[in-house]
Amino acid sequence: MEPLTSKKKVLVQKPLTFAERIYLPAITKGLSITMSHFFKKEATIRYPEVQREMSINWRGMHSLKRDENGKERCTACGLCALSCPAEAITMIAAERKPEEKDLYREEKYAAVYEINMLRCIFCGLCEEACPKEAIYLDGPIVPSDYLRKDFIYGKDKLVEQPLEKK
Amino acid sequence: MDITFVIEKFVLVAVIFGISLVIAMYSTYAERKVAAFLQDRLGPDRAGPFGILQPLADGLKMFMKEEIIPSNANKWLFMVGPGLAMLTACIGTAVIPWGSAITLGSRVIPLQVTDINVGVLYIFGVVSLGVYGVMIGGWASNNKYSLLSAIRAASQNISYEVAMGLSIIALLLVTNTMSLKEIVDQQHGWHWNVIYQPFGFLIFIVCSFAETNRAPFDLPECETELIGGYHTEYSSMKLGFYLFAEYINMFVSSAVMATLYFGGYNYPGMDWVLLHTGPVIGPLIGTVVLFIKIFAFIFFFMWVRWTIPRFRYDQLMHLGWKMLIPLAIANVIITGIVIAIVEKF
Repeated sequence: MEPLTSKKKVLVQKPLTFAERIYLPAITKGLSITMSHFFKKEATIRYPEVQREMSINWRGMHSLKRDENGKERCTACGLCALSCPAEAITMIAAERKPEEKDLYREEKYAAVYEINMLRCIFCGLCEEACPKEAIYLDGPIVPSDYLRKDFIYGKDKLVEQPLEKK
Repeated sequence: MDITFVIEKFVLVAVIFGISLVIAMYSTYAERKVAAFLQDRLGPDRAGPFGILQPLADGLKMFMKEEIIPSNANKWLFMVGPGLAMLTACIGTAVIPWGSAITLGSRVIPLQVTDINVGVLYIFGVVSLGVYGVMIGGWASNNKYSLLSAIRAASQNISYEVAMGLSIIALLLVTNTMSLKEIVDQQHGWHWNVIYQPFGFLIFIVCSFAETNRAPFDLPECETELIGGYHTEYSSMKLGFYLFAEYINMFVSSAVMATLYFGGYNYPGMDWVLLHTGPVIGPLIGTVVLFIKIFAFIFFFMWVRWTIPRFRYDQLMHLGWKMLIPLAIANVIITGIVIAIVEKF
């Protein structure tokens, strides 16, 4: 049958030459290659003392941002929870009281905002969906822990630090 | 048979046993480190500085795990297998001369547990018994993979024993004695036997790779083909014994090769050193030199493991029977002819 491509190569199985049959020249060549690797620099990165550089588009831990006046941007609209493909975000909204005017931008805010880091796939769809530019995925790698319940991060871990220290 | 003699031998046996166990333990660490450096990565380096305490962590892990005995396994043989492997590995260290004699006051203490005049034959007997541990373990596991691995191990071991024995016969033609101490004494200074028997040494080292089930002859225990081989069903300390027995076997093989072919505790310039360091330190320096040679061989074992791919079973048998045995026989004949010619003149 005609070959379909020009890349066809016929396999030629020549009997082994004497040097190939005694194995020793090939073995010494292999040993020298391996020995050269013994003295090269290792490729291991000693995490967590040394961390590798991430790309510009790196998506890490979530953080809830504040605006220029230090007020929380998130209004608990639920668009991030709706867009999350892993259903990792849950929230409970609350109405802003008059004395809390400096804490939150609008009258509706998230009293409880939880992200289950084990469910989260770090796709960034919540970041794209948020109309208030409140959630960004710019944190570090989520640190490891022992119990499942410790991976449900609440507002204490997610909201970024206030701009002015009180 | 005075009491000091008994105490001497007891202490020597305890020291040698302890040293061989510690060396086997740190061989596991060295294996992982050497393998890592040859593969452009770091080995274990979290347990203690540079991972030095890793073997202790491994030993503790082995003790803590659950001992599982398969229900249809032959219970007594299951337990005897690792014990036999460990036993035959450890008793090989009894006839190796670890150094020339130390003189403490008026007593001369030889650094060798027993100097029997058939030392080489003893070593061969012990090495041949070593295959029993593997075979019993493979049979007693009631597992087809283990049985296949035991069969392969047995056939590999007996095939390469023949070539090993033949290469030793050529060495015995040169040394005229089977006692290991006399063989070492004949290699004083730099007259190591490897100069007189280079081919014999080559055959011997290939056969000792096969006898210790070490790559490229590690068909009995490779993971890709036999899951775990003869130690598939073993857990906890029994598995620990099998793995340890392999490393002690490697240590004893290196010691035998260093003793028979590389001069044991001899090194060029030893007369000067012995003259200037007295009757206690001098022999100990010889012992240190012997251990350096042993460690070099152990490193070579590990270096070869991570370089060469495994032999297929038929290639292994072809190499053992059709290539090494004729070579070894030719070695014996040529050695005999050369010795007869040299004696004539």
